Amino acid sequence: MSEIRSELKYASSHEWARLEEDGTVTIGISDHAQEALGDVVYVELPEVGTDLALGEEAGVVESVKAASDIYAPISGAVVAVNEALEAAPETVNSNPYDDGWFYRLKPSDPSELDRLLDADAYRGEAEEG
Amino acid sequence: MGNRTSLYPVHVTMGGKMVDFGGWDMPLHYGSQLDEHHKVRNDAGMFDVSHMTVIDIEGADASDYLRRLLANDVAKLAGKPGKALYTGMLNERGGVIDDLIVYLRESGYRLVVNCATREKDLAWMHRQAEEFAVALHERPQLAMIAIQGPQAIAKAKQVLGDEWAEAIAGLKVFESFMRDEWMIARTGYTGEDGLEITLPAAKAEAFWQALAEAGVAPCGLGARDTLRLEAGMNLYGQEMSEEISPLVANMAWTVTFAPDTRDFIGRKALEAEKASGVNEKLVGLVLEGRGVLRAGQQVVVDDGESRGIVTSGTFSPTLGCSIAMARVPVATNATAQVEIRNKRVPVRVVKPCFVRNGKALV
Repeated sequence: MSEIRSELKYASSHEWARLEEDGTVTIGISDHAQEALGDVVYVELPEVGTDLALGEEAGVVESVKAASDIYAPISGAVVAVNEALEAAPETVNSNPYDDGWFYRLKPSDPSELDRLLDADAYRGEAEEG
Repeated sequence: MGNRTSLYPVHVTMGGKMVDFGGWDMPLHYGSQLDEHHKVRNDAGMFDVSHMTVIDIEGADASDYLRRLLANDVAKLAGKPGKALYTGMLNERGGVIDDLIVYLRESGYRLVVNCATREKDLAWMHRQAEEFAVALHERPQLAMIAIQGPQAIAKAKQVLGDEWAEAIAGLKVFESFMRDEWMIARTGYTGEDGLEITLPAAKAEAFWQALAEAGVAPCGLGARDTLRLEAGMNLYGQEMSEEISPLVANMAWTVTFAPDTRDFIGRKALEAEKASGVNEKLVGLVLEGRGVLRAGQQVVVDDGESRGIVTSGTFSPTLGCSIAMARVPVATNATAQVEIRNKRVPVRVVKPCFVRNGKALV
């Protein structure tokens, strides 16, 4: 069974979001998502400075078998991206919630976080497939 | 629920992620497709290919029938029981109905065709058989296990024991032998040495378990696809179809025009195509930059006007970059561009064979 961390918020498109102490929000994809994708071989991330609208396409994650778009679960400006994924995309599989993070946003409307799924609600969605 | 091979329970026990493949519940991988791929390139892996369709052809006209039905000529097998031949089965327009391997048996022939094309293949074969004294017998009670990799034959011999080891040692590539209901062929779909073993379905699970204990890694369809693509082998429905001629699918070597008197189905169409000039070819593409080539992406060739199409694309675990096969205009040179999500990326155009026997060729 895949891990769903209780302290995170989730989008039904399988991204997770974590509010950091400095008010930025880190985004990645869930353990359930990496498991469904299989071996990740390439991650295309947004550029630092990009303004993303809620639900906008933020990048692509490619596994051996398929390409999947990743979406911005909340709106905001990209303040950092995980450059380590360029050389080691498999980190998304081995450590999706920590070292396998994708990018960090400065949220334009922090209340959007409250409208994301909590762990229990996401578990329900993930189990339905 | 789809069709299940006799190995279905053991796939589930071994942690196979089961997916639908042409109506069959088959393992995609058992954890990591990449690990399985490397295991085949460096050691030995095994695949359940029991979903493929085995058809035995008997009767006085078996040879004449197959010389009409198939684009390659089974006369090449005459006097060499156990020898195998790769061929297309074409329609009158010269399109590929399926690709298959035909084996000469002591009496008659055995054909192994794809699973997704089973029904149309059988319908076509029965229709063409009406004019010949032949009988077609499908053999659904047989299982098939492909054991592939540099250590595959050694490990298979170890499991099968001395009695079989000698016969296996005598096999050249594309040769087979039969013993009772078992058929052992030195064939495969990975670009590595290995065997494809056909055996009674009731014995498959015990054999699979014994191979696993001997260190042969269970591998799923995911690794099978990356391995065959690195080896530059066509997949029906991707590189070939009823609308695509074998002459543009890198299969000209499987079409035997001599002797002129052999009127195989599709011959006239292919002769006309040759006379007017074949206008496309199948090539390999290598993307050295970041990204992954995928089937359906457009290939932009040098003049910028004519286009080709990626027929299969993936990340190559052996090369560490993306590779593809693509159907492009014959004039395509050594470089081209591929459109990935509205961006054009440069690719190298190579012969469609990227890896053989563990070594990179590009």
